Amino acid sequence: MATATPRVRLPAIAKKGDIIEIKTLISHEMESGQRKDSAGALVPRKIIKLFEAQFNGHPVFSADWNPSVSANPYQSFFAKVEESGIFEFAWTDDDGTVTKTTAKITVT
Amino acid sequence: MISRRDFLAAGAALASVGGVRRAAAAQAITQAQLLEFAPLGQVTLLHITDLHAQLLPMNFREPSVNIGVGEAGGRPPHLTDAAFRKFFAIADRSPEAFALTSDDFVALAREYGRMGGLDRIATLVAAIRAERGADRVALLDGGDTWQGSWTALQTKGGDMAACMALLKPDAMVGHFEFTYGQDRLQELAKAQAFPFLASNILDEWKEPVFPDRRMMVRGGVKIAVIGQAFPFTPIANPRWLMPDWNFGIQEELLRANVAAARAEGASVVVLLSHNGYDVDRKLAGRVAGIDVILSAHTHDAMPRPELIGTTLLVASGCYGKFLTRIDLDVQGGKIAGWRHRLIPVFADAITPDPTMAAEIARHRAPYLADLGRVLGRTQGVLYRRGNLAGTFDDLICDAMLAERDAEIALSPGFRWGASLLPGQDITAEDVYAATAITYPACYRTSMTGAQLHDVLEDVADNLFNPDPYYQQGGEMARLGGVGYRLDPNAAMGRRITDMVLLRTGAPLDPTRSYRVAGWASINQTVEGPPIWDVVSAHLRANPEIRPTDRSNVKLVGA
Amino acid sequence: MGETGQISRRNLLVTGGALLAFGPTRADAAASDAEITRILAGRTAKVTGLTLDVPSIAENGLVVPVNLSVASPMTATDYVRAIHLIAPENPIPLVASFRFTPASGRAATSMRMRLAQTQTIVAIAELSNNDVLIAQAEVKVTIGGCGG
Repeated sequence: MATATPRVRLPAIAKKGDIIEIKTLISHEMESGQRKDSAGALVPRKIIKLFEAQFNGHPVFSADWNPSVSANPYQSFFAKVEESGIFEFAWTDDDGTVTKTTAKITVT
Repeated sequence: MISRRDFLAAGAALASVGGVRRAAAAQAITQAQLLEFAPLGQVTLLHITDLHAQLLPMNFREPSVNIGVGEAGGRPPHLTDAAFRKFFAIADRSPEAFALTSDDFVALAREYGRMGGLDRIATLVAAIRAERGADRVALLDGGDTWQGSWTALQTKGGDMAACMALLKPDAMVGHFEFTYGQDRLQELAKAQAFPFLASNILDEWKEPVFPDRRMMVRGGVKIAVIGQAFPFTPIANPRWLMPDWNFGIQEELLRANVAAARAEGASVVVLLSHNGYDVDRKLAGRVAGIDVILSAHTHDAMPRPELIGTTLLVASGCYGKFLTRIDLDVQGGKIAGWRHRLIPVFADAITPDPTMAAEIARHRAPYLADLGRVLGRTQGVLYRRGNLAGTFDDLICDAMLAERDAEIALSPGFRWGASLLPGQDITAEDVYAATAITYPACYRTSMTGAQLHDVLEDVADNLFNPDPYYQQGGEMARLGGVGYRLDPNAAMGRRITDMVLLRTGAPLDPTRSYRVAGWASINQTVEGPPIWDVVSAHLRANPEIRPTDRSNVKLVGA
Repeated sequence: MGETGQISRRNLLVTGGALLAFGPTRADAAASDAEITRILAGRTAKVTGLTLDVPSIAENGLVVPVNLSVASPMTATDYVRAIHLIAPENPIPLVASFRFTPASGRAATSMRMRLAQTQTIVAIAELSNNDVLIAQAEVKVTIGGCGG
């Protein structure tokens, strides 16, 4: 896939101190480096190796991914929210490309 | 079940040898007796399941081989014939013996007549609703309802959905329903007046695709019905027909659903399950808080529920042969008492419901000429069910060997398919009843002996793994042209030995390639004529079928 | 049931154009053992407290859902630092490492992994007090078919 397209799901509103679930998906072939093409040559590895989530600049969750992570990686996790703010999500490719997206939450 | 008095009446009828025996036996069983039930408490649950689109009465021979492994060994439903009758104190040659076991099948089928028929079931359901008051009754459909006939295949389940709608079920779950494809399934499910439930199907976001439960009040009691689809549908059936959905047993989701149902005030929690009996038995011991599991999929009919801790495990057979009634007495938010009856649907004893009969006729009318085509005749019993082999499967395998010029034939171990009696015509409808699926291509390929062994080992582990949660299969795959020894209790990789090519008597060569024909591949890119055409062509060339017990599978250690 | 081209576990993974050339035999037992040894770093793992939820049978070896969780207060002084997921029979056994903070609120995560063949999956959790928890579960990768 030429460009990785991220999608995230989380509640738009929460109460102070709530623990919310965050679900993320990104389209990416996660080429394992183990696969051979029709000519029998190894297809070079190209995966997203790091996923990071921050809230208002502070780390919440991260994951180091290896070639056994499925294509179009799904990653869910939780966050405890004490204030309104912005979640930032970043997916870092083997080649250094970083795909980012953000999501706002209002905490009452 | 039928009382001893009825049994004696039936026995007396049986003793009067002569051409009117069947009528006499049928008359000995009356609709009133089939409905006999001392009502209890406030709630009545009715359960039908695995109808496989059988709208009309038919014969269905129960298995003579049903092997239980591990903890399931030697206990019902893994008992057959004399052992089954002994366990449940069922008299030989009684109506229950005919309905629940396989020996004397031909003689008893002629005594007692056909079973099932949705118009007969409609009569029973209406009578029970009238007796109890409809507001006390919940009718639950365990699934595998919309698939299994030519008319269902042609209408993509539409005929079954229309007929079932007249019964007014309160909920249903599914398995082969999904093989119409996820779009059609969604369309049909949304069109029903009742929810199509599945607590164990998730989308790519791991969120439920279908409602997971239905809360209802019956007899003033709050009841939660949680639905469980066949957990291994995308493994046992083509995943490409439901590519966006994940199944699985999903114990954690089930626990959450039970807790949510209790939190919403449910006094009774029912799991309407298509897990299969052994999976449900294991699940009952692991997921607390379920009062009743209405089990399905494995086609087992149990004359009494099994109690696992405080959970009632109920199995209602298949093909419309049985309707289960359970009355519940609920006191202080708990079940204080229950009464159960597995009602055998003896078609000759029950007045068909005219509205349902008309609806069935309406849906069959466009196809009657095709369905009624006589393709051949059988001189012995043709049946499907049994862990290892069935004579109808032998016919299908013979057809593939002959018509596809193969050395070896592979046929899936489906549990559905009507039985035919000696002397009976084999019609197109009978062939469809054993083959009507949405992935019918009869392929031709080559496989080495080692690959065939791998396939059989894999299938055997899906049936005989001692842990029920690893049992996703139907019966053993049927092999034409090959014999083998099977040790169900051996470890995976060592269950199948002594594979022999029957034509020559030579052991199967692991390295040699054999010409193999098969059908019902779960692979999307399979090509070949539909299996019913292959069987029909074979019957045209060989219209007289003489089924025999081939004993191509030698069972050891079980 | 299947056709040639879909009958071995190796070839089972040939689906949807995504070909994983994972070998049919045990990859390298030493690789997964070394991974586990590295994570444990001399500590003895407890076999309770970590929930590894995987299907008993994979619907598709390319997409096997995994849920991981540890009951933890997730406070600044008592939280789960990481959970590591290992598929010993895969060519590269370490599937992923999930890193939590007290701001995670709950030490739980879900993802989907590729499995080369039937195997026993291992998960290891590292806690802030240096405790280590381990859990394992078997996932069967089957040829499938024949159900009904």
